[in-house]
Amino acid sequence: MTEVTELSRPEGDVPDTREVLLNLGPQHPSTHGVLRLVLELDGEYVARVDPHIGYLHRGTEKLAESFTYTQIFPLTDRLDYLCPPSNNLAFALAVEKLLGIQAPIRAQYIRVLMAELARISGHLMITGALPMDLGAMTALLYAMREREMIMDLMEMISGARMHTSFCRVGGVREDLPDGFFPKIREFCEIFPNRIRDYERLVENNRVFLKRTHGIGVISAEDGIDLGLSGPNLRASGVDWDIRRDEPYEIYDRLAFNVITRDEGDCYARWRCRVEEMRESVRIIEQCLDQMPEGPFQVDMPTIAFPVDKDRVHCSMEALIQHFDLSAYGFKVPKGEVYSAIEAPKGELGFYIISDGSQKPFRMKVRAPSFVNLQALFGVSNARYLADMIAVLGSLDPVMAEVDK
Amino acid sequence: MSAKTPLNRAPIAERFGGAIEDLGFAHGVHAFAAPPETIVELCRFLKEHPALRFDFLSDICGVDHHPEAPRYEAVYHLYSLPNKWRVRIKCRLGDPPRVPSVTGVWRTANWHEREAWDMYGIRFEGHPDLRRIYMWEGFEGFPQRKDFPLRGYRDKLNPFGAEGPPPTQPDLATRNIP
Repeated sequence: MTEVTELSRPEGDVPDTREVLLNLGPQHPSTHGVLRLVLELDGEYVARVDPHIGYLHRGTEKLAESFTYTQIFPLTDRLDYLCPPSNNLAFALAVEKLLGIQAPIRAQYIRVLMAELARISGHLMITGALPMDLGAMTALLYAMREREMIMDLMEMISGARMHTSFCRVGGVREDLPDGFFPKIREFCEIFPNRIRDYERLVENNRVFLKRTHGIGVISAEDGIDLGLSGPNLRASGVDWDIRRDEPYEIYDRLAFNVITRDEGDCYARWRCRVEEMRESVRIIEQCLDQMPEGPFQVDMPTIAFPVDKDRVHCSMEALIQHFDLSAYGFKVPKGEVYSAIEAPKGELGFYIISDGSQKPFRMKVRAPSFVNLQALFGVSNARYLADMIAVLGSLDPVMAEVDK
Repeated sequence: MSAKTPLNRAPIAERFGGAIEDLGFAHGVHAFAAPPETIVELCRFLKEHPALRFDFLSDICGVDHHPEAPRYEAVYHLYSLPNKWRVRIKCRLGDPPRVPSVTGVWRTANWHEREAWDMYGIRFEGHPDLRRIYMWEGFEGFPQRKDFPLRGYRDKLNPFGAEGPPPTQPDLATRNIP
């Protein structure tokens, strides 16, 4: 454990000798990044917790104000780096609403397919990492094996394993490559059995059960009050999924179940995510079956690069537009938009104010992990220091997204 | 991306009358402009009215409209889980910006308000613990204000920063960690 520090107190406040201040982090494996928890300990009991964040603050929102809309995509990749396609999608949707355009149907299927692959990749991380935090290393190693398959698929689509930046305003960057369909079909066939493997590894493990069952219970009312969203809130019995309730892209054409649990404890949060991976595989299979042929980008020379590169080489107007688009970006009409999607961690919203120029006047990211982390204040039944680790692991915050 | 039934605006108009300006519906969100002194009452009303039930606070953020006046704005995004409506409340603030805190209505407002304070210097009155959240204790200035340079001010830790001393912030009260 990390060093014990006495922090400054208001004058006249004599520290109770029974209580110890403990710094957990910012460099500690179980804090999933650079989170620092200042814990007030009474023996093994946690009397108070004060999360300190900001160690990874990069000023995404400030930077975005000086970037063109296309340049912002790589910034969004670096929010929740376990699932960049979801972040790209959320941002693209917000800008498209301001522009009043919609991506072609094929592009929408590609985006949803990638977002669901990303959801599996993000959920795999916690499926393995929560047992690892509690001492069971094996599950994480198996989860990484399957995550590697997703990484390979991402590399096939976009050339990048992690920071794909594949979305564009008005579509995606390229069409799916040759030979992609057999690969992803193979993944969809293998993966559900692998989920069963993780469950068999962990779900009857007595140590894991003892440390997650009934620990860190968050009631539905508390969860809503604390702003929890996504699987964290669904594990408390709130039946809310933005994919179903405010369908974006082509989610209204897909059949999937919204997974909820009633317990609201660490185990329920873990369990919700494991079952959501099964639903994601179903969604991917439907996307593959339904995906039509067609363009992968809107045919608007002022917003998207021409699909046919020869046009740029042969026509002067097309060359000028291509240069203009790469050098200055495109203008977005004046207005405001708040657009939220169901990201793997919860409600990911982009609030963009446009002043009619090529750069956003203000971009606010409603990062789900930032809000979910606050729930550390609202848990009950997590009295031991060791329970704190289980609660933190089960809330699944990604510090890059918390700190923006 | 909208709910099946449109937002029922009648109770809000009935209760607040002319104090709240209706900015209309765009991109799935209904927007209102409210003066800062009504914000807590309005939020509580939207949350507790049986026909509205905006029980989920999505987001609070600050906006700097420099050099316009009034310069600052606090923007609240609310969501109604039962009715699936979204509402945006825009609250223009003068300089120095002050607005009552809604932490008494939703606990989740705590960190959102700390972030707006940290980045824009908007003081949320009645907030239980208004400390900086991203920047370190003792940082001077509010980095997301439009007059704060993108690369910060030049000092011994930041050789690439802009010229000029950081502006003094008389009301910059950063308290020690308890």
